[in-house]
Amino acid sequence: MSKLRRKVYMAGGYNTVSLGTGRKEFNPKKPRPGLEHYIKEAGQGTLKQIGGAKNVDEGAIGNFMAPRFNKQGHIAGLIPIIDEELQYKPCVRTEGACASGALSLASGIKSILAETADVVLAIGVEVQNSMKAIYGADVLAGAGWFQKRKNGHAYFFPGQFSDRAGAYYEKYGLDYARKGMKQWFVNAIENARLCPTAQEYENKVEDLGALYDKMKPNGKVFVDNLNVLDCSKVSDAASGIAIMSEEGLERCGISKDKAVEVISFSQVERNLTNDPPDLTELTAIKKAAHQALESAGITIYDLATIEIHDCFSIAGVLSMEALGFAEPGKGAQFIADGNTARNGKIPTNTTGGLIGWGHPTGGTGVHQAVTMLEQLTGNAGEAQIEIPADRPYGMTINMGGDDVTVVAIVYKRGDI
Amino acid sequence: MNYDERLQNVSVLGAAGKMGSGILLLTAVEMADLSLKPENKGKTFCLNAIDVSHEGLAGLMKYLKAQVRRIAEKKTVLLRKLYAERADLIENEEIIDEYIFDVMSIVRPVTTIESTYNSNLIFEAIIENLDLKIKLFSQIEKNNPNKPWFFTNTSSIPIHILDEGVKLNGRILGFHFYNPPAIQRLVELITLNNNSDEMVDFANTFAKNLKKVIVPSNDFAGFIGNGHFMRDALHGISEVESLSQEMPFVEALYMINKVSQDFLIRPMGIFQLIDYVGVDVVKFIMQVMNPNLPDEDLHSDLLDKLMDMGVKGGQNPDGSQKDGFLKYERGKPVAVFNPDTKEYDNIAEFQAKCDEKLGSLPESWKPWKVINFSRGKKETMLEAFFNELGNMDTLGAQLAKKYNARSNEIGNYLVSSGVANNTEDVNTVMLTGFYHAYGPINDYLK
Repeated sequence: MSKLRRKVYMAGGYNTVSLGTGRKEFNPKKPRPGLEHYIKEAGQGTLKQIGGAKNVDEGAIGNFMAPRFNKQGHIAGLIPIIDEELQYKPCVRTEGACASGALSLASGIKSILAETADVVLAIGVEVQNSMKAIYGADVLAGAGWFQKRKNGHAYFFPGQFSDRAGAYYEKYGLDYARKGMKQWFVNAIENARLCPTAQEYENKVEDLGALYDKMKPNGKVFVDNLNVLDCSKVSDAASGIAIMSEEGLERCGISKDKAVEVISFSQVERNLTNDPPDLTELTAIKKAAHQALESAGITIYDLATIEIHDCFSIAGVLSMEALGFAEPGKGAQFIADGNTARNGKIPTNTTGGLIGWGHPTGGTGVHQAVTMLEQLTGNAGEAQIEIPADRPYGMTINMGGDDVTVVAIVYKRGDI
Repeated sequence: MNYDERLQNVSVLGAAGKMGSGILLLTAVEMADLSLKPENKGKTFCLNAIDVSHEGLAGLMKYLKAQVRRIAEKKTVLLRKLYAERADLIENEEIIDEYIFDVMSIVRPVTTIESTYNSNLIFEAIIENLDLKIKLFSQIEKNNPNKPWFFTNTSSIPIHILDEGVKLNGRILGFHFYNPPAIQRLVELITLNNNSDEMVDFANTFAKNLKKVIVPSNDFAGFIGNGHFMRDALHGISEVESLSQEMPFVEALYMINKVSQDFLIRPMGIFQLIDYVGVDVVKFIMQVMNPNLPDEDLHSDLLDKLMDMGVKGGQNPDGSQKDGFLKYERGKPVAVFNPDTKEYDNIAEFQAKCDEKLGSLPESWKPWKVINFSRGKKETMLEAFFNELGNMDTLGAQLAKKYNARSNEIGNYLVSSGVANNTEDVNTVMLTGFYHAYGPINDYLK
C-alpha cells in the first residue's frame, strides 16, 4: 500500500480495568458489570478528552462474540448509549475474531481517508467472564473453522497454539523454546505491574520464573505443550480512542503532541479453512507487518516499541521471528536474552500485553493503540519507556484466529 | 460376573441422605463411564436411588444434576474422546449436556424397596439402626435371586452382626465413605473372613476408580474413624465438665473448642466437629458402639441433655451448619449454647477474657489451612510449633498437651486392640477422613 493520501491521527485513548482472575475486585460468583457498562465507560472516557460527542462524526465498535458471551447482537446500536449526541450518527460493528478491535480502527482510518468523517470514535469491547472457561472455549473456537471443531481440543485455541509450540519444540528443542516463553511471561507480568488497569497489576509473585518452571504443561488437565501461564487472560474490558483528520484534531482542540499520527496500516486475511502452511511460522503477521513497514518507509530498526498479539507466549516467540527481529528458530533466544524487555532493544507489550494486561478479545486491538498512544506521547505513567529521537515509531499487531485476520499499524507522535 | 456386569444394576438405600446422595453421585458417574465404553454399547445400566422421602429424592436429582455438571466440566477433555463417534456433539457444552443426560438417565429415583430385587449390588446408607438394616437386607435377600452383594456405609455397627443377622454368608462388607463422599478421599474398608476374593477385589477396584484412598479397618464397632472421633469427643466433653467447676460452662466450652482447633492445628474445634456431624448422630453412634465395648463406657450425659432440649446440630439441606453446641453465622461459631438458660451466649462477650486465660499461641503458630497445605514445609512447621508448645506452661498449652496425649493414646489403643492393623492406617484415616494436618500417633511432644 502506498502512503496514506491524508494525515490520520489518534488521540483521547482510554482503557477500562481489565477484569478477570488476578484482579482483587473480580469475584466469579458475584454479578459484574455488563457490556453496556464497559462500552459507556470507555466511550465516555474518550469523549471527555476530545470535547464531547458533538465532535464525533462516526462510531465504530470492535467486538468478537457478544452474541454468544452476552446473548447480545447488534452491537453498533450500543454506541449511542455512550452519549445521546451519538444517536443518528453512522455506526458500525466490526468482527474479525480477536482482531475485531483493530478492524474498528481500520474502519475509522478508512472513513478519515475517504473524507466522509473527520472524527471517528473507535471502541473495542468484550465481556467474556459471563461463562466458565470450558464453555468460553466453545465461543472462542468460533475464530477457527467450525468444520474442524469436532476434532479439536476441548480448549480449542490453546490446543491450536499448543500444536504450534509442539512443532517449535520439535524443530528447535523444548528447553530452549521454553526459556524464551518463560521470559515472555515474566516480562508480561512485570510490565503489567506498572499499569493500574492491567489484570495482573496486583500480581505479587516474587519469583515468576520459578513459578513458570514449576507449572509443566500437562495434557491430561489442559493442553500438551502449554501451561496456563503461557496463555492470555480471560477478560472483561473495553478501550476507546478517537481517529481523526487534521481538521478533526483542530475541531477537538487537541495539539499534535498529544496525538499519534498513523503512518501506515495493513490489513490481511488468510484463508480460514486452510491449516497454517508451517506451524512454526505466522505468515499473515509477517505479511501485514512487512506491508505496513514498507508503506511507512521504515524498517523494524526504526521502531521504539511494539505491541504484539501474544494470545499465547509461543505467538510472542513466532511474532518476533515473523517481524524479522530474529531468524527462524532464534526468537526464543532473542526473548530469553532480554531484548523484548522494557529496557531491551525493542520494548514489547509495555503494559503487559495479552498475558499481563489482559485479552478482552474484541477489545484488544484498540487497547494496543491506546498503549501506543500513551507511550509515544509520554503519557504511560509508571509504564513509560524512553522513546529515542532517532527511532520514534511504534507498531501494533492485532491478530484474529490462528494467524488469519491481521492488522498492523505504524504510528509516531503527531508533532514530529 | 465381571466388574462391568456387577455394576449394571445397583441400588442405593437412603439415597437422598447426606451420605447416600454422595454415594449415588459417585456410583452414577462410574456406571455412566462404563456405559460409554465401546464394549458396553447397547447394554442398559440401572441405578436405583431409593429413599423414603419423595421430597428428598427431588432434592437429590437437583443435587445430582449440578454435581454431574461440575464433574463433566472438569473432564471435558476425556468426554470429547468418549463421544468422538457422535457427529452431532461438537461443542464442549453439547458434550457436557449429553453426559449429564446420560448419567441422569441411569438413575431411577423411587421410594419402593422392590426396585432392589434385580440389583447385583446394594449400597446401604440409611440411619444407624441395626434392626432396620437387618429388616431391609432380609427382605431384599429373600426376593432378589441374584445373590447380591451388600456394601454398607455404617460407621459404627460391626459388619459381622449384619452378616449373621441376615445370614448373608459373607456377601456383605463395610464400605465406609466420609462426609461428604464426593469430596472426602477416604474409604474405610471392613472385610470379613468369609468375604469372597472376588467381592474384595471388586471393592478395591471400585474405590480406586472413584479415586478413593482405602484404609482397611477390622470389624470392631466404630472402626478406626469413629473409634478415634468418639473417644476424642468424650475427652473434650470431660475437659469442659472439669473446667466448668471453676468457670461458666459456656466459657469452658469455648476454651476447649479453641484448644482443640488452634492449639492443636486442626481444621475445626471438637465441638464444631460434633455439630458438623450432628449431636444426634454422635450420640447415636456411641449408642451403637457401646454395647460392643464391654470395657468402656462410650456415653455422655451432656449429649443426652442437648438432645432432650432439641439441640441437634447437623446441616441444612443447602449444606449450611445448623446450630448445636455452637451457634453459627456464615459458617463461623458466634455463640455457645447454655444448657441452664437454653440460650446462646455470645462468644464476643467472654472471648477476650478466655483467650487471656489460655495464654497466647506459640509464635510459630499458623492456622491449619496454612500448615496443612504447605507442601514440603508442613513437617518443619509442625515440629517448630510443637517444640515451642512443649516448652510453654500456659493453661492453653497444658490443655493442648493433654489433648494431644489423649488423642495419641486413643490412636495406639486402636492398634493394640486390633481395630487398625498399624499406626499408619490410624494416621491415614485422621489425615484423609478428618483432614487433620498430622496423625494422632506422633512424636511431636516427646
